[in-house]
Amino acid sequence: MPFEYRGDIAHADIAFNAWSGTLEELFKEAAQASMKVMADDLTAIRPTVTVEIKLDQSNEEMLLFDFLNELIFYKDAKRLLLLPAQITITRGGGGCSLQATLQGEEIDASRHKLSTDVKAVTMLRFSVAQVQEGWRATVVLDV
Amino acid sequence: MNLPAALKKISDTIWELPVSYKEGMLVPARIFATEKLIQEMDAGVFEQVSNVATLPGIQRYAYCMPDGHWGYGFPIGGVAAMDPGTGVISPGGIGFDINCGMRLVLTNLTADQVKPRLHQLVDRLFARIPTGVGCHGFVKLSQSEFGSVIEQGSRWCLSHGFATQDDLDMTEEGGCFPGADPSSISDKAIERGYNQLGTLGSGNHYCEIQVVQPENIWDAERAAAFGLNIPNQVVIMFHCGSRGFGHQVATDYLKVFLSVMERKYGIKLVDRELACAPFHSPEGQAYFSAMKCAVNMAFANRQVILHRIREVFSEVFNSSPDDLGMRMVYDVAHNTAKLEKHAADGGKKELLIHRKGSTRAFGPGAQGLPECYSKSGQPVIIGGSMETGSYLLAGMQSGADAFFTTAHGSGRTMSRHQAKKSFRGDKLQRDMEARGIYVRTDSFGGLAEEAGDAYKNIDEVVEATELAGLSKRVARLIPIGNIKG
Repeated sequence: MPFEYRGDIAHADIAFNAWSGTLEELFKEAAQASMKVMADDLTAIRPTVTVEIKLDQSNEEMLLFDFLNELIFYKDAKRLLLLPAQITITRGGGGCSLQATLQGEEIDASRHKLSTDVKAVTMLRFSVAQVQEGWRATVVLDV
Repeated sequence: MNLPAALKKISDTIWELPVSYKEGMLVPARIFATEKLIQEMDAGVFEQVSNVATLPGIQRYAYCMPDGHWGYGFPIGGVAAMDPGTGVISPGGIGFDINCGMRLVLTNLTADQVKPRLHQLVDRLFARIPTGVGCHGFVKLSQSEFGSVIEQGSRWCLSHGFATQDDLDMTEEGGCFPGADPSSISDKAIERGYNQLGTLGSGNHYCEIQVVQPENIWDAERAAAFGLNIPNQVVIMFHCGSRGFGHQVATDYLKVFLSVMERKYGIKLVDRELACAPFHSPEGQAYFSAMKCAVNMAFANRQVILHRIREVFSEVFNSSPDDLGMRMVYDVAHNTAKLEKHAADGGKKELLIHRKGSTRAFGPGAQGLPECYSKSGQPVIIGGSMETGSYLLAGMQSGADAFFTTAHGSGRTMSRHQAKKSFRGDKLQRDMEARGIYVRTDSFGGLAEEAGDAYKNIDEVVEATELAGLSKRVARLIPIGNIKG
């Protein structure tokens, strides 16, 4: 499983670990884990709306923090449930940048099997680390 | 669980971790709990409350209330007073859901009068108060009008027909923290929140119809002072906050503080979620102002929801809200930071009180309370789980040591993940209806997470607050109808 929820490091919040061979795939897994907290069946989200985002940050950790926060922002501001279709991460100039194509659709309570709203990404145990198998992240979401 | 070896029992309801427990602690940490509740505390409480004790400028103790549990930054139930001159302000001591709070509303109806129309009431509340993931509100505003809402809070509601003066008088700080400057707010926070005025949200946010049974009145005099004077009286309790707007304010300033905390102010902390800045720094003051904007958004949100609840009751019972006696008991915030004067150094001193998942509980005679509560003390609204009931308490003079603060709810004992695996939302809904509690929800998964067995025993929590002198039991409130996001 590329992500796993953890009940042992948060009670009122939702914690998960995600891991993957590449940083881009890790970001995709973390996005899926975050969105699945809100909409249990991710396959029900149709890719009818496309949003392009570009983010710059000083390191991979803060880049993931900003990336997940973008998904949460669109959920509230535009009522959009979005998932990454394509992600490119580049390093240079003392930091890193992300370009992503997000796809999804407006929230439809009748189809999206809605669950618990995500308020924010917390810094509690937040980490993105390079490990032997690739990349691994730990995230605690405030719900 | 295994309690930390360093934990000292100070009294039957006070437990202390000394400054030697962790490097960098500036004051001891104190947890209010009975023997049973301290045994049930999760390990995160000890870790996090001792982390709070390392924050620059902290006074007296880092506290945790009896409903305490694992949070982020502060534990839920955390309280910390900072010297504003030398101390810091930390969004992790307030929470992402700034001014998440509780409101309790009276009716003059009895359970016998409401029960025949309970389904109609709950269904209509569910249809008219937006709940759940990403919901948009019933009050449509431009972004510039939203700027007035976050400056004025409930006062905006009063001038736009959503409130009475009595509502404002019965709200902590009159429903508006002064000094909320919208220039401290990002465009993103405005964009995220301007369309959410009049929304309940999800998670543990709810609107509940409750009954005050005569056998559940603990203090008849205070109950009467709070307006509970009819046997089996029906009241409405609801719980929500500043929605995406407050969440974005907290996220924005968490990042600001992370970028300046060590580099500019030389503050090193054990947990990044406690990111902070000196209160009087430009960043600290900007956050304090932005936090006030979010506080005001939450007061306004609860106020317009109250307006909608009054409309629904009025339609169903074909009577005006006044004729139905729909007066507010009180509105209390449980995620804020406020400058308050408290006893210190033989006199009174202004302190910045962080309360995260804990409730201000002023005792009788306290400045800032409505006159009608000057003898009784402040009403304190404690939301329990949707299955087991809630409480109305009163603040006490004996709560001075903890800066007049008490618990805010039951406190979780089971993770949301575990609760979802342990309970089925649809079955829970049927079981609760069989027990006389009619629930409507957008999400059975979300309902399962809120099962009563995922929480501490609320009777034990409020008893602990009373034994510790933090607050006094006035009445227990039994749910009969509930809407959840």
